[in-house]
Amino acid sequence: MSKFKKKKSGDLPAISTASLPDIVFMLLFFFMVATVMRQNTLMVQNKLPFADQVEKLDKKDLIMYIYAGKPSKRYQAQYGTEARIQLNDKFASVEEVQQFIYAERESKREELIPYLTTALKVDEETNMGLVSDIKQELRKAEALKINYTTVVGDAQQNVE
Amino acid sequence: MAKRSAPEVNAGSMADIAFLLLIFFLVTTTIETDSGISRKLPPWQPEEVEPPVIKQRNIFTVLVNSNNQLLVEDEEMELSELKEAAVEFLDNGAGTGDEACSFCQGAKDPNSSVNPQKAIISLVNNRGTEYGTYIAVQNELVAAYNQLRDREAQRMYGMTFTQMEKNYNDPNYNGNKDVLKEKIDVITNMIPQKLSEAEPTS
Repeated sequence: MSKFKKKKSGDLPAISTASLPDIVFMLLFFFMVATVMRQNTLMVQNKLPFADQVEKLDKKDLIMYIYAGKPSKRYQAQYGTEARIQLNDKFASVEEVQQFIYAERESKREELIPYLTTALKVDEETNMGLVSDIKQELRKAEALKINYTTVVGDAQQNVE
Repeated sequence: MAKRSAPEVNAGSMADIAFLLLIFFLVTTTIETDSGISRKLPPWQPEEVEPPVIKQRNIFTVLVNSNNQLLVEDEEMELSELKEAAVEFLDNGAGTGDEACSFCQGAKDPNSSVNPQKAIISLVNNRGTEYGTYIAVQNELVAAYNQLRDREAQRMYGMTFTQMEKNYNDPNYNGNKDVLKEKIDVITNMIPQKLSEAEPTS
């Protein structure tokens, strides 16, 4: 009978930390599921303009990103300060936009192609000349659904 | 022989490993989704097509020059006044007979638009215009359309247009989506977004 007898001692038993990994794993799984990895490293300055009449862009796999703006500080020595287009991870010329769209379409399933949207992430100081050149190329490539990505805020702040 | 129990594996460092992974995912997470102004570009037309004839009174011209200044209907204007001017133009409703507008509350100015279905906003910008200004102008014009649509949706269905669209895109909405879609279509037919963009001047 003495086998089941508890030892009587005065000091408190240590708190079991055995369930700590479970708690941490739970958090870990939450963040793993919620995570979307940044696809591209930005090589251009990208301060987006403000707007308040916005729509949300869900379904990240159906979006093609086109970045434009002045090259970042560390690339300015090499590429100058003139605004440029960035596709995937490198600078590109206007003519390469069509190629990029075709390549992106190629990588998607056929039934999803009509739902593809092009997100233009353009720095607010860029001239409209470059943006309209991109738009002309998109029209030639028949990628007609576009979205000007903005930050939610009062549009009045853009002109100040 | 006494039964020897297997030695227990020390799981104390499991928490450390899990923490390491957790911190990695914490740092790389971006939960917020992008948002922006959605537009549809006109299809590419290689050869010059004769543009359809549109009465001058049904066109609302917005010019933005390279110094980011606005010229609306041949008058200088501040950005803050643009929305109001656009609403006034769209809501004018001076049409009679076939072109009459049954719901417009505007001034019925004979030199302004006949009907929101006929009214076109034409936006011309310069190659030197800043993108931020362009977006601000776009935003104000979309806001003008939304204001009118909200008003009409509120009057006809007791719910704003933006709320209707939000419900329609909400997967958890438990109302009838087909009915909602019909209502949205009615409103978009009444006040279509006719925003034309010309190629920029240099």
